[in-house]
Amino acid sequence: MRTSTLSIRTPEGIVFSQLLAGPVTRFLAWFIDGLCISVLLTLLGIALSFVGVISPNFATALSALSYFAISIGYGILLEWAWRGQTIGKKLFRLRVVDVEGMRLQFNQIVTRNLLRFIDSLPLFYLVGGLACWLNRNGQRLGDLAANTIVIRSPRIAEPDLDQLLAGKFNSLRQYPHLAARLRQRVLPGEAAVALQALLRRDEFEPAARVELFGELATHFRSKVEFPADATDGVADEQYLRNVVDVIYRTGTDKPMEKVAA
Amino acid sequence: VIIDLQKFIAAERPNWAELEKILNRLESEPNYQMTLEQLRQFHHLYERTAADLAKITTFSAEPETRRYLENLVARAYGEIHETRDKQRRIFPLKWFFQTLPQTFRRHIGAFYLSVAITLAGCVFGGVATMFDPDSRHVTMAFGHDQMRPSERVKEEESQTRDRLSGQHTSFSAYLMTHNIKVSVFTLALGMSWGIGTIVMLFYNGVILGAISVDYITDGQTRFLLGWLMPHGVIEIPAILIAGQAGLVLALALIGWGKRTSLRARLRDVSRDLATLIFGVAVLLVWAGFVEAFLSQYHEPFIPYEVKIAFGAVELVLLILFLSRSGLKVEDTTGATESRALLGV
Repeated sequence: MRTSTLSIRTPEGIVFSQLLAGPVTRFLAWFIDGLCISVLLTLLGIALSFVGVISPNFATALSALSYFAISIGYGILLEWAWRGQTIGKKLFRLRVVDVEGMRLQFNQIVTRNLLRFIDSLPLFYLVGGLACWLNRNGQRLGDLAANTIVIRSPRIAEPDLDQLLAGKFNSLRQYPHLAARLRQRVLPGEAAVALQALLRRDEFEPAARVELFGELATHFRSKVEFPADATDGVADEQYLRNVVDVIYRTGTDKPMEKVAA
Repeated sequence: VIIDLQKFIAAERPNWAELEKILNRLESEPNYQMTLEQLRQFHHLYERTAADLAKITTFSAEPETRRYLENLVARAYGEIHETRDKQRRIFPLKWFFQTLPQTFRRHIGAFYLSVAITLAGCVFGGVATMFDPDSRHVTMAFGHDQMRPSERVKEEESQTRDRLSGQHTSFSAYLMTHNIKVSVFTLALGMSWGIGTIVMLFYNGVILGAISVDYITDGQTRFLLGWLMPHGVIEIPAILIAGQAGLVLALALIGWGKRTSLRARLRDVSRDLATLIFGVAVLLVWAGFVEAFLSQYHEPFIPYEVKIAFGAVELVLLILFLSRSGLKVEDTTGATESRALLGV
């Protein structure tokens, strides 16, 4: 069964992971690409209709050749020019990369695109979709032959912490050494849960909201024990705000400017 | 362990920015070459960023920073650890006269196999036509089963007007695209462990053998040669090379007698597959022109001897091209590599 990430370990012992694209997202990207090809061909057909007035034979030949060139060359040229992306892939933030993290080569792009001929069999990419679903790295046959994978790089929405935490006194910050310990002990997944709970707080039923924040506050209280004067009288939801503030906003500075490519 | 994350990020960020700048340049300028000092700095920045990633990975905060560093390390890793040649400018003439024939010769075994499978198909088709005349309805495509060869020759030679008048260009475009599609399909079917490629080659052989025997037994050998040779001597080898590419892919997939991993085997043949299929496309464009503008014309328009001679010259040139072109460069490269290996 496929996993959602591909981890690559460098010879230096560093591990980085690539998020793998699923068959459905890839199908949607392919559908968009199909639409783009159709638009291109329609525009070309209009242009060639003028050529047809002068020479119908030449227009028919050009039409056959350009249909062939566009349908095959679209993926090859765009993936080469945009380093593994087509219009559909750009829209869904997908990218073709080398399976071992190496530089994507032109011949890899050619191979994976030409092997669409069998991936698309018998119709609607059934063979490719099946291969993609069965392969643990989500590779269709073309990807297998070319040693490529399709990854997704989702845009991470930067939470509006200023809006979320503005104007609130954070009692936990009175103890910087404990706040630092909290930052170290909380796992990324736990921090994300706390943040999401706060961001979506208005979507919960009142009783469920109280229960959820109670459970979360108990969990985070067990991570680091703050002195009583920092926690007494602080409601569970406010305690969680303070925890998120400590984790996501180091010091009093604003969050790091978004630089991810 | 990072004690002060904020201080850590502030201290390291200039390095990450510098690495990102180098990577952007490397990716946008394929011909960009660094000096030794720049290379050292690039490697230093990569190692430092990788170490920063290792430090920050266990830290709960700054998931954005971790993603950013993963992205940087992934990109730099590809640039630093890549051992294949960096593809710079394309030299079409060098590719055609050196790379293509050299690649063809490197996989000559797969080509011979492709020829053998096609010949087996030819024999099957020929024998079937000789001993079971009804099989022509199954083995012959494009309406050739509808009339005897002698009837067709009579009809063709009695033509007084140009049937393809005004349609040469569109007909040749149709032939080119159709044949290239069939070739790409033959290559792609290599992913079925070669079974699909073998079926395609055999089927092509069956059609060729059946039609050839049909014309020969009906006493139309001269017409057959004049009709098929001008384009066939290029088109048939092109399909055979597509089959060769499909078999190369299949052999890499199966990996008989090789101790390398599947990924390594496929990586080894990837560039050769692209080269072979582009070569096939070039050959088929030529064959498409010849078929539309020459092959479909018979006596009295063009004497068969002229067409046969034209085909023979093409065949000789193709054999010379595939067997001799790029040989000197290959020898020189081989000798240089041998000298380098021997350390002389």
